[in-house]
Amino acid sequence: MNLLGKLTLSAIPYQQPIIMGASGMVVVGVLLVLGWVTLKGYWPYLWHEWLTSVDHKRIGVMYIVLALLMLVRGFADAIMMRTQQALASGGAQGYLPPEHFDQIFSAHGTIMIFFVAMPFVIGLMNFAVPLQLGIRDVAFPTLNSVSLWLTATGILLTNLSLAIGEFAKTGWVAYPPLSELQFSPGVGVDYYLWSLQISGVGTLLTGINFVTTILKTRAPGMGYMRMPVFCWTALASNLLIVAAFPVLTATLAMLLLDRYLGFHFFSVERGGNPMMYVNLFWVWGHPEVYILILPAFGVFSEVTATFSGKPLFGYRSMVAATMAICILAYTVWLHHFFTMGASANVNAFFGITSMIIAVPTGVKIFNWLFTMYGGRIRFEVPLLWTIGFMVAFIFGGLTGVLLAVPPVDWQVHNSLFLVAHFHHVIIPGVLFGAIAGYNYWFPKAFGFKLDERWGKAAFWCWFIGFHLAFMPLYVTGLMGMTRRLQHYDVMSWRPWLLVAELGAVVILAGIVCQIVQLVVSIRDRERLRVTADPWNGRTLEWSVSSPPPAWNYAVLPHVSGRDAFWARKKLAPATQTQPAQPRTYEPIEMPRNSGTGFVTAFFAVVTGFALIWHIWWMAALGGFGAFVTLLVFAFRDKEEIAIPAEQVTRFYRDHPAEVAI
Amino acid sequence: MRYGLWVGVPIAAAMLGGCSEGVLDPQGPIASAERLILFNSTGIMLAIVIPTMLATLAVAFWFRASNSRATYLPDFDYSGRLEILVWSIPIMTVLLVGGVAWVGSYDLDPPKAIASTVKPLRVQVVSLDWKWLFIYPEEGIASVNQLTIPVGTPVSFELTSSGVMNSFFVPQLAGQIYTMAKMVTRLNLQADHPGKYYGLSAQFSGEGFADMHFIVDAVPAEQFAQWVAATRNGGPVLDTQSYSDLTKPTQAVAPFTYRAVAPDLFNRISMSETQVDDPILRVCLASQRAEK
Repeated sequence: MNLLGKLTLSAIPYQQPIIMGASGMVVVGVLLVLGWVTLKGYWPYLWHEWLTSVDHKRIGVMYIVLALLMLVRGFADAIMMRTQQALASGGAQGYLPPEHFDQIFSAHGTIMIFFVAMPFVIGLMNFAVPLQLGIRDVAFPTLNSVSLWLTATGILLTNLSLAIGEFAKTGWVAYPPLSELQFSPGVGVDYYLWSLQISGVGTLLTGINFVTTILKTRAPGMGYMRMPVFCWTALASNLLIVAAFPVLTATLAMLLLDRYLGFHFFSVERGGNPMMYVNLFWVWGHPEVYILILPAFGVFSEVTATFSGKPLFGYRSMVAATMAICILAYTVWLHHFFTMGASANVNAFFGITSMIIAVPTGVKIFNWLFTMYGGRIRFEVPLLWTIGFMVAFIFGGLTGVLLAVPPVDWQVHNSLFLVAHFHHVIIPGVLFGAIAGYNYWFPKAFGFKLDERWGKAAFWCWFIGFHLAFMPLYVTGLMGMTRRLQHYDVMSWRPWLLVAELGAVVILAGIVCQIVQLVVSIRDRERLRVTADPWNGRTLEWSVSSPPPAWNYAVLPHVSGRDAFWARKKLAPATQTQPAQPRTYEPIEMPRNSGTGFVTAFFAVVTGFALIWHIWWMAALGGFGAFVTLLVFAFRDKEEIAIPAEQVTRFYRDHPAEVAI
Repeated sequence: MRYGLWVGVPIAAAMLGGCSEGVLDPQGPIASAERLILFNSTGIMLAIVIPTMLATLAVAFWFRASNSRATYLPDFDYSGRLEILVWSIPIMTVLLVGGVAWVGSYDLDPPKAIASTVKPLRVQVVSLDWKWLFIYPEEGIASVNQLTIPVGTPVSFELTSSGVMNSFFVPQLAGQIYTMAKMVTRLNLQADHPGKYYGLSAQFSGEGFADMHFIVDAVPAEQFAQWVAATRNGGPVLDTQSYSDLTKPTQAVAPFTYRAVAPDLFNRISMSETQVDDPILRVCLASQRAEK
């Protein structure tokens, strides 16, 4: 028996210069960062303040750091694909052989959905939801840290596949029979499955955590109809997570049983039914779209109201629309495969349910429009992303409804028209929303704004680049070009693909602007320093100092209406109260830092890697380690740490700018 | 629904020189009807989408903070009439497009036979790694990566896969349909004009996927008869043995033909072993057949 399972030195793709170059760059980058941290002696700080932190704000920031890093990785895949398709026409094969190209589009999809969009929106929810609800932390802080680190495990495993072995060559949906052992004997699909299984557990835990937090731990007086809309969308999104992610886990588990133990859930032989996987995958997959986009809708709602200097128009409609989407999300999955040969009844039914979901979405667009109506609109960076979203998303929605018409779908399913459509909703919808939220809450998280000029440059590059990159794909899609082609012979597609390549380059410029924005802002942080309320905000998070203290609120706020902070600001000059009156504070109990999340994730990496390579003893060891970690956590004797009243008093004395609660 | 046509004009214009193929240049009744639905749905939606886009930009621009002429309404957050409006606009749009979708799903249901006085041509399609096999059961011939059909005759397809899923798609003639192992899907199409049309797999199926395309050669009926006769005169025979050779993965296979096909080969490919073995299922199938 081989002690290392299927793992041999030949797993490292030496003969592929592109992969080795990319892996080399990643390894060097990671080593540089680790070396720098070691040299500067930052390890204790990093360990105590970040890696073991259970503070929802820090966890939120770490999620977003992961998302931004993976955005760069996912984009690198994207521009490689665009370049390949720009080159490989006629007889040309381009620079990527199918074996590599197939891994790239699979990794691109997997990474962008699971490791960019998901951590980004979960990071924003982590950061903002407790602050907006007027509470000190989420319901289960240590669990929150476990969620984060399990997500990081998935990311690490996916990226390990670059240098050790291979990633899936099946597309990010990994449909069987192609993803069965018979057709994909390599470890690629196993990397995909275990990465998603492990990070999926983390996501499910996040869902449970946030549903509990929002339902059970709001500040006094914060009734459901007083919650900021972002909290509503977060609630809807997490309800979807709780209901949908177990489906994904079960589906992938069945595929794992097929691959590891010779079961026949989805195989071609012995009565397996691959189409059941396709159904189950999208029973998760379509709600997933709304898991991602609802929090982004929440961000747009907050941003539009804040920068228009007005309350959100039609709050009740907004809430109703959000919850309607939350429920309807489960009634549309079949529109991902109208081409499977279902009966006309089935196709027509799911076509119409898919369109119905456009109704609440349309309502939201109109409500944002009327929120701006009568406003005093300040075109700060977050609002630019929001308006960019509204303009682009309407058209993305149009093509979405087109795809919901079964006869149209038969003509453009799996074509670049489809690719253009879902990028047209996910990029302006989810990504623009996430970046708007990042620009919006950054000053709250760090106490200084992000540089505006670079932020605007980034927006324009993204906005223009996006349209250049994806509008041509609608055309090639209508011309019959299907997705995932490593090369093609139809020369009339090529000019459009060249334009798309140009668009990708412009988006690259946008990403560079964002990196520069971050660097410049950190350099000029003294100039960009802000007080608690830089945007003239409306919700409670703007009432605490920037960055907020670990405990968020020394005294939990009493909420008596919507836009609680705005109401208080309006009231303050009238009643002439002195904002910074000295007051006495009680000691605050906060959850202790815990290494549980990090250590669990370490063992999860060991287990995941071992299972991928069939190293059974190591898998057992990792599982055992994770179990012991759980035991140690379960038998902890101290759970909380008391922050003495003097420390709280000192904090508020040193932060006089803070608005009184 | 003629107005759909003029709405489609801007899109068609956007295609510039690229009109020589694709779904906007249909060559048969099915693809034409599908294009009309595409245009109609787009037209209905553009009627609301374009004003909304413009209104967004106009409102954002007019109510900019620096515009002193714009009235500031800091408490404007509810209006019952507007609420009714914002819910009813999308509902009306969806009602219209939903109607188009409903009718279209039934009219153009892929298994539905095309109404015609001409007897349809039957073709059985098998997707393999990575090529297409077309069996003409009534003519007793077969071809690989080349589909010859008579113009003006409905073609009725039964489709399956040897293993991995693919999607059979001839953009200018009809929408696509999946080919799945041990299952049979059905599709009908017709070419109205002679010509060579691009066909492809529209579902990623592995390493050789990019070369998994074929030419549909639509020829006049008499020429089709000549082609059938010529095909019967030469080339290998497709039986269990040569089919098993054909299932071996190959890429970018040049088109060729089989002069004869083992009867019932398609059924053996598309029926699962459980179906073959299972007595209960066999009874079920028999009763279904009896019902027909």
